[in-house]
Amino acid sequence: MPSLLFCGPKMAACGIVISIWGVIMLAMLGIFFSAKSAVLIEDVPFTEEDIRSDKNPPQNIYSLYNQVSINCFIAAAIYVAVGAVSLCQVRLNKRQEYMVT
Amino acid sequence: MCSLLRGEEMCLAQLFLQSGSAYDCISELGELGLVEFRDLNPSVNAFQRKYVNEIKKCEEMERILGYLLREIKKADISLPERDVNPVAPLPKHVMTIMEQLQRLEVELGEVTRNKEKLQKNLLELTEYTHMLRITRNFVQRTAEREPLQVQYEEFPFLEKDTVMDYSSMQRLGAKLGFISGLIHRVKIEAFERMLWRVCKGYTILSYAEIDEYLEDPDTGEPTKSVVFLISYWGDQIGQKVKKICDCYHCHLYPYPSSNEERNDVVEGLRTRIQDLHTVLHRTEDYLRQVLIKASESVYTWVVQVKKMKAIYYILNLCSFDVTNKCLIAEVWCPINDIPMLRRALEEGSRKSGATVPSFVNRIPTTDTPPTLIRTNKFTSGFQNIVDAYGVGTYREVNPAPFTIITFPFLFAVMFGDLGHGIIMAVFAFWMVLYENDRKLKNTRNEIWNTFFEGRYIILMMGLFSIYTGLIYNDCFSKSLNIFGSGWSVKAMYKDINDIRENRVLMLDPNVTGVFRGPYPLGIDPIWNLATNRLTFLNSYKMKMSVILGVIHMSFGVVLSTYNHLYFRKKYNLYLVFLPELLFLLCLFGYLVFMIFYKWLFFSAKNSRQAPSILIHFINMFLMQGDAVQPLYPGQTGLQVFLVVIAVFSVPVLLLGKPIYLYWLHNGSHHLRMYRGYERVRRNSEEEVYLMRAHDMEEGNSHSDLSSSGEHHTEEFDFADEFLHQAIHTIEFCLGCISNTASYLRLWALSLAHAQLSEVLWAMVMRIGLRMDTTLGVFFLVPVFGLFAVLTVSILLVMEGLSAFLHALRLHWVEFQNKFYSGTGVKFSPFSFSLLPSSFENDGLL
Repeated sequence: MPSLLFCGPKMAACGIVISIWGVIMLAMLGIFFSAKSAVLIEDVPFTEEDIRSDKNPPQNIYSLYNQVSINCFIAAAIYVAVGAVSLCQVRLNKRQEYMVT
Repeated sequence: MCSLLRGEEMCLAQLFLQSGSAYDCISELGELGLVEFRDLNPSVNAFQRKYVNEIKKCEEMERILGYLLREIKKADISLPERDVNPVAPLPKHVMTIMEQLQRLEVELGEVTRNKEKLQKNLLELTEYTHMLRITRNFVQRTAEREPLQVQYEEFPFLEKDTVMDYSSMQRLGAKLGFISGLIHRVKIEAFERMLWRVCKGYTILSYAEIDEYLEDPDTGEPTKSVVFLISYWGDQIGQKVKKICDCYHCHLYPYPSSNEERNDVVEGLRTRIQDLHTVLHRTEDYLRQVLIKASESVYTWVVQVKKMKAIYYILNLCSFDVTNKCLIAEVWCPINDIPMLRRALEEGSRKSGATVPSFVNRIPTTDTPPTLIRTNKFTSGFQNIVDAYGVGTYREVNPAPFTIITFPFLFAVMFGDLGHGIIMAVFAFWMVLYENDRKLKNTRNEIWNTFFEGRYIILMMGLFSIYTGLIYNDCFSKSLNIFGSGWSVKAMYKDINDIRENRVLMLDPNVTGVFRGPYPLGIDPIWNLATNRLTFLNSYKMKMSVILGVIHMSFGVVLSTYNHLYFRKKYNLYLVFLPELLFLLCLFGYLVFMIFYKWLFFSAKNSRQAPSILIHFINMFLMQGDAVQPLYPGQTGLQVFLVVIAVFSVPVLLLGKPIYLYWLHNGSHHLRMYRGYERVRRNSEEEVYLMRAHDMEEGNSHSDLSSSGEHHTEEFDFADEFLHQAIHTIEFCLGCISNTASYLRLWALSLAHAQLSEVLWAMVMRIGLRMDTTLGVFFLVPVFGLFAVLTVSILLVMEGLSAFLHALRLHWVEFQNKFYSGTGVKFSPFSFSLLPSSFENDGLL
């Protein structure tokens, strides 16, 4: 089986750090978007049409909020996967270091 | 004993070391790292000192150790884990170490030389083999290619296939000779041309390149060589060819005259090469074994030699008291450590088996001792940044304990972001948790070492930034709505049609129900959505900066009272501290008061009539109190009063101290003359002795620093003192204004940080979040990665360093120039652990 190791120890450590940060921050962003926080209004992709042609006023914007929050959660899940891969790389690196010395 | 506030009390002591036990005593002291030795032979050359031979021996041993370490490093042998800390060897053990080292050096030298010779031999044999192989091809080929070669017409018998026949050639009466060998590929063309020019057709040169790289013995690099075969006709040509070959540094090998000879030679060469390989392998193995055995104890030897050299160096600093047969050393020692010093000397005497113990004796001195401030791993970082500006004068107030809190706080005011603070704190926490990990401690990367040394500072900065992030309500440029905003839009706009048509809505706090009360902690999150957010925050942050600045500076001025009281210069309290404090507080303290007054007494209702504090402040100086509406009744009178006090404190500050000192010295001059008469009249020894004792008592009650009037009367220079005080006054008064303005950098940097953070979010993260396509979610993943990398590199590293620098500057200049002189010398004890190792610097260890 060819070696599964494709990044060095420092790169793998960076990968783990960014993954952990990504998981926490994107999960919290997802929660805040689903709580329809007003501060995040600029990050929701609404247009003038959405506001004008709304039958019952905030529902369009609310559904957009929900969409973005689901996006965030999916991204958080992807970062979990990236974190797992980085963790494997860290373990493989440690094992290789152990075997050489 | 208030060591961190003021520094340890130091004394000068004399050590009387018996010559037999001097070495052991100093070894004990080196292990403990208690005292700093003074040089008692400053005028003596390094080569004339007493122990110069021993130091030469140590350096010889270091040379051999360096050679050993280089060989070990070349052979890629890793040194074992170094936890050992051997003590310095006694002089009698030194000979064994020296012998071992010399033996190792000789052995290594021999083995290395043998190995080189063998390698050279191997190279020659290999080249010969190649040559034979390739020239065989020449001969066979030339026979086939004869129509193309013009010269061969003269040797018709070459049409036959195999080899030259000596007998046929001799029939022709011509002596055909061959020279064969190897030459570097880069030289072959020049060689060929030279041959043609010199020999003009009486030689034939054929050559071919060897496929593999051979190692050049001189440079050790792999080079390509070319095998050549020169056939020449005539003796003189032969000489010329040989000379040319010498010129071009060819390796010549004898050319076999017949096939059988060639085959024999090839066989012989093959066996010899095999033998050589075996011998070479064995030699390398042996060399490696020797090095491995040496590597086990080389670290111990390095430490022992280092300690020994240090001890002899210290012994050279001592003076040799020939009559008493003992060495005298003068050391600076903290007073609290004198018992430990005594114990160390006893231990040393016991170890060396001396009958007469060495002892220590305190001596009085007028020299200023070095400053020692004991720190632990937490306080050492802060002490280092204070010492970077200047080590404190002996027994002066140390700003470090206050810096532990004010420095991270001022940093956090400029950094103020909850998210960034959390990341910084987590990073510092990781460093603190793993601080005993050897790999982290011993890296050679300078930048990492700087960060690692300051891990507690970074941790404090991160924690304080979390706090100020909560106050500014800023987390990655977004506000957190923890408690519910105090502003209500619904109460302002009852009719929905008003909202539809406007781009911007105004929330007037005077309308009932709009402003429901202040946010419990920090800035209301609704300001994140407001267009006039910066206007509001700028006003708030500027005023906060001025308030913090005035508090910090007043604190600095108050700290100077500690120094005045400790050094028994009470007159400084009234003539320097009081005018300084009055000047600062009457002007800038009043400004702070006005800020608070306006915050407290003006609300949304009368905000339109709220006066500008700046205008009032300027009018205070111009004494134009009636031009604008007063803030409070009686303002004009109070302001005039404050300005008068401030203006009068300036001449007091300028002239008070010089005049007082002048009066003190010249006034008491008269007193002393009177006393002198008394001394002359009272011939009684007893009374003179009593008076002298009284004088000495008074003299000793001052510390070493203060120049008591009794001793230095003649040296009091009024002009000098006046100039010094004038400079101090100008510096203080103008400095008050400029330093207060300087604290506005707290506002400027926090604004910059907030804006950078907002721009980063808007330009990076928002792009990822606003993607509403189905594949948008996969775009968000790399966008977040980019956001993270940019946050760390720009906002944490760059802004963090910038805020660190500015907070440091505020401490060093604005805070410390109110009370700190920083002209001391740092106490550097003689300790083995603090000595640098030259091998570590070379990267050998």
